[in-house]
Amino acid sequence: MAKILEKLKTREDFMAFCRANSHRLDRRKGKEDGKHTIAVCSSSGCHASGSESVYDMFKAEIEKQGAQDLIDLDINGCFGFCEKGPICKVYPEDTFYIQVKPEDAAEIVKSIVEKSKPVEKNLYTNPATGEKIANQEEIPFYKKQKRIALRNCGLVNPTSLGDYLANGGFKGFLRVLFDLTPEEAIEEMKEAGLRGRGGAGFPTYLKWDICRKSPGETKYLICNADEGDPGAFMDRSIMEGDPYSVVEGMMSAAKIIGANHGVVYIRAEYPLAVERLSSAIEELKKVGLLGKNILGSPFSFDIEIKYGAGAFVCGEETALIKSAEGDRGEPTVKPPFPAQKGLFGKPSNVNNVETFANVPYIYGHGPEAFNKIGSEKSKGTKVFALAGKVNNVGLVEVPMGTSLREIIYDIGGGIKNGKEFKAVQTGGPSGGCIPSSLIDTPIDYEHLSAIGSMMGSGGMIVMDEDNCMVAIAKFYLTFTVDESCGKCTPCRVGNKRLLEILTKIVEGNGTEEDLEDLENLSLVIEDTALCGLGQSSPNPVLSTLRYFRDEYEAHVNQKICPSHECKALAKYAIDPAKCIGCTKCARNCPVNAIHPTDKPAKNPKLFIHKIDEATCIKCGTCANNCPVKAISL
Amino acid sequence: MINLKINDKPLSVEEGTTILQAARKFKIDIPSLCYTPLHLVSAHNMLASCRVCVVEVKGRRNLAPACTTMCAEGMEVFTATQRVINARRTVLELLLSDHPMDCPTCPKNMHCKLQDLAERMGIRNVTYKGETSRKNEYSSNDYPIRLNPAKCILCSTCVKICNEIQTCGVLRETKRGFHTQVGAEFGIDLSLTNCVSCGQCINVCPTGAISQSSEVDKVWKALANPRKHVVCQVAPSVRAALGEEFGYNVGTSVTQKIPTAARVIGFEKCYDTNFGADLTIMEEANELVERLTKGGKLPMITSCCPGWINFIEKNYPDMLDLPSTCKSPMSMQGSMIKNYLAEKMGWNPDDVVVVSIMPCTAKKSEIKRSQLAHCGYSDDDYVLTTRDFAQMIRETGVNFDTLDSSRFDDPMGESTGGADIFGNSGGVMEAALRNAKYVLEGKAGELEIPGIRGTTGIKTDVVEIAGHKIRLCAVSGLGNARKILEEIRSGKAKYDFIEVMACPGGCVNGGGQPYEASKQSVTVVKARQQVLYNEDKGKIHRISAENESIQALYRDFLEKPGSEKAEQYLHTHYEDQSLPQNKFKI
Repeated sequence: MAKILEKLKTREDFMAFCRANSHRLDRRKGKEDGKHTIAVCSSSGCHASGSESVYDMFKAEIEKQGAQDLIDLDINGCFGFCEKGPICKVYPEDTFYIQVKPEDAAEIVKSIVEKSKPVEKNLYTNPATGEKIANQEEIPFYKKQKRIALRNCGLVNPTSLGDYLANGGFKGFLRVLFDLTPEEAIEEMKEAGLRGRGGAGFPTYLKWDICRKSPGETKYLICNADEGDPGAFMDRSIMEGDPYSVVEGMMSAAKIIGANHGVVYIRAEYPLAVERLSSAIEELKKVGLLGKNILGSPFSFDIEIKYGAGAFVCGEETALIKSAEGDRGEPTVKPPFPAQKGLFGKPSNVNNVETFANVPYIYGHGPEAFNKIGSEKSKGTKVFALAGKVNNVGLVEVPMGTSLREIIYDIGGGIKNGKEFKAVQTGGPSGGCIPSSLIDTPIDYEHLSAIGSMMGSGGMIVMDEDNCMVAIAKFYLTFTVDESCGKCTPCRVGNKRLLEILTKIVEGNGTEEDLEDLENLSLVIEDTALCGLGQSSPNPVLSTLRYFRDEYEAHVNQKICPSHECKALAKYAIDPAKCIGCTKCARNCPVNAIHPTDKPAKNPKLFIHKIDEATCIKCGTCANNCPVKAISL
Repeated sequence: MINLKINDKPLSVEEGTTILQAARKFKIDIPSLCYTPLHLVSAHNMLASCRVCVVEVKGRRNLAPACTTMCAEGMEVFTATQRVINARRTVLELLLSDHPMDCPTCPKNMHCKLQDLAERMGIRNVTYKGETSRKNEYSSNDYPIRLNPAKCILCSTCVKICNEIQTCGVLRETKRGFHTQVGAEFGIDLSLTNCVSCGQCINVCPTGAISQSSEVDKVWKALANPRKHVVCQVAPSVRAALGEEFGYNVGTSVTQKIPTAARVIGFEKCYDTNFGADLTIMEEANELVERLTKGGKLPMITSCCPGWINFIEKNYPDMLDLPSTCKSPMSMQGSMIKNYLAEKMGWNPDDVVVVSIMPCTAKKSEIKRSQLAHCGYSDDDYVLTTRDFAQMIRETGVNFDTLDSSRFDDPMGESTGGADIFGNSGGVMEAALRNAKYVLEGKAGELEIPGIRGTTGIKTDVVEIAGHKIRLCAVSGLGNARKILEEIRSGKAKYDFIEVMACPGGCVNGGGQPYEASKQSVTVVKARQQVLYNEDKGKIHRISAENESIQALYRDFLEKPGSEKAEQYLHTHYEDQSLPQNKFKI
């Protein structure tokens, strides 16, 4: 980045600064200048699979092969294809390397130095055709994606303000700061049709407008970075891969609603996101884009980071505010809404990370660029954390209205190990399970809630035939019971009782009455709980009851688990026709539950074996060891 | 005005009215549990956490808590649809599914909002059974306040009283989710916290989660011992509220039934703590005159209230020279029974058991103060609250209604009107000033100071006695006391004489008073106060110095107020009790 000697004081200063940085992404965008860049993904997913040592090894190899003048080594934000990490990209060729190990570095560097073909072994293989794909855009995982919130992730060095500017950063903010009145800006947001990406889908323009009109000198703008759904990491990746867009989104929103103080409430378990955001804020303060009288305008804004202790309920805005105040993170009754009485009793506006990340795009490209994407009432794109029994696990951003089928099969590459697709869970613990019959449902706020689930923050967990839906409901209830704040009765005691009934059912002790109780209690909790967490906590139960009642009934009436997932209901048996009497099962049984019968096996010297059900602990060791697959559930 | 319909009935209410308030105003009762109006301290506990008062509002997706949902123009509310009744019942059953259900032996049996609701809703079977979240176990029996988290419904009214009104900051929600419970931080024993044992939490607790320790069993045991001379003394506020325990209207005086009841129970003598109050006034007025005329430390602050003394010792250890050195009336009287009267009666002090019947839980901690003992005898042995006393009376089987009137036993049965009003906020101060005027001007003069009467938390006035303009401040509620102490510390407040009572409205609203009407109601507290003001008015003597038995005590034994003997038996000192963590506060 060009050295900044003085703070940027005017719009012209800023424009000059942008021009000085405009070339920064040229090579990454394919412009040849005789040199190359290797960019290693530095986000949490790839970090966990060892990208740091890959980076170190690249550094060593570049030196070793004397390529310092030829190759720049850099970092990137999240590419989303986390399953295939660590991911590296070589520019300007735009070669997309997956599962790069430190020992692969030498060959990759060599291929650049020698201008030879890309290293095949680290290229993506299309499972359908077996062909190697070197270019990111051609990988099926990316083909149907449309990256707006993630537009910079995987493109820029997340720690570089210059990179961010080079891809159009702060263009939107500049308009909001100088060219648009707050009314006009809100009108644009209305036209764009952005809705809250935290889950509830409240129109962003309306939220801003209410807070803007709320009387009061001091107002707060809060970024909800307390992402808490199990398996969700959209916000985390955005903050790690493109922190500046979140900050810019906050700055625009603050200018519009008239807030001078910003707070990012972020969970402390996201150390890298905290680090990236803090350094982005520091950098912006240094250049004068945060602070007093930004670029000579009357607008002043600062941002403070507050750490959350990882309570799921603190993603609920009133609980978040309580926690940010230093109090116990418990939701409060609405009204008063945060826009009337929020942080420290002042009007406050809370949006989540992904919402803010969309804002710069909308003001930078105009509302039409945004609202032409998506479905009728849900505009733009949504990022999902695709996980579970799907081939391609990772972060995907798709236009609203994309069908579940497209995500699971086209982007996700279908179900693992050729199993049958059973259901997909969206919306995290507050969402519901969608059965395979509804796989063509377009994803947007309205459609998802119509079928008993919700958009949520973007968790998407795919389940196959081996998943027991009762066990799934129990899993989510366990989470909710753990994460209930304990304030209101229905959530505190009711969810616990739901969990107890579910436990009873999966353990084979359920009755018909339990199903009735389960349903009644779920509906009462939905109807009476104080906050969004409590009101939506029975969703996993209600949606599985709605679409998979037969599974519940099988547990209750026949005492069987059709998916064989519930251990207590499992019964291992040896097929006497297949048993060869080899004794391997008996020898490996940890509780000595398998004994020979007096019936001779094929080899008359050996005997057919039998499992004593009363002793069996259903560990499955026998089935795994049987050489002739005679043991099954 | 806002127009709405509740159960199809058109109503008009003022803006800012909740559905619950509106409904009740028009005699439609919506059952509620955690919602607690605290009118006396101008507060409401309305966290909407129990979800019992839910109602259906047309057009709303889910049910609305009536306690916090404001009435809006055109709103249509339904309070008894099947949906509402099922939800309410289910929520109540959920609460009961996590409740010990040992009602017959619960300290709040028949005084429990949860029990009442279960009865009202006719719950005979709890559908949802399962694990209970907390142990059904009371905290240490020695401490006046006992917690049993298993019975808590998490309404957090105690948290509000303890933190916002009394500013003691002891009770808090701890842990999370199903295991959430109210208690001191890290679950430590209340005796190790900033708790002053005022007992206001007991009074507002809707269930048996907070109760008092009881020494009833020990008193029965002492009474059964023929060697012991078990005597009792009864505080002024007891007579203003005891009747409530026996179905009398709030504000009924039962003064003359008390000695008879005490004798039925088996107390050898029943003395009046009013006598001790008159004695306190003799000493305290003397101290005030001394401090005023001889340039002593001002403001002087009263010292009768043990909750207040605990509070200043724990929170303002640098200001311990402000309270009067006088013991409380209870301790003065106990001291005089053991150190003076015993000998006169021919009792071995070893065998004298003084049982003090008080409106107060903090008194239970007061009698354990090492400063309040002489020659190995603590001034008092047991403290019974008004509730305990009522329970003992009931236990005897006597019909309270038919009890004859009788007088307290002499020589500690005589008292003046000044002593009666000790139970009211402003009363101690008023009595002391009457006496000070009498001492300084030699005449009775004006007997009432209206400016320091009533239930307001902070009352100020100025009186002139013998040329001294005395700036007065009567404070009740510890949050108000904190405010005044801070103002004194910063030099903002300029007072000469301050009275502090820990409980809002004074001892008549003490932590040991009957539960039924103790929910911080202005009407109740005013009615109880009025009983004492009426007693005062009805007395021949209204100035403590005119009490002939007191005069005799000084002639016989104490010589004069402030004498060496008086110092020895009737005065005390205070010690820094601040918690280590308070020392770090700025």
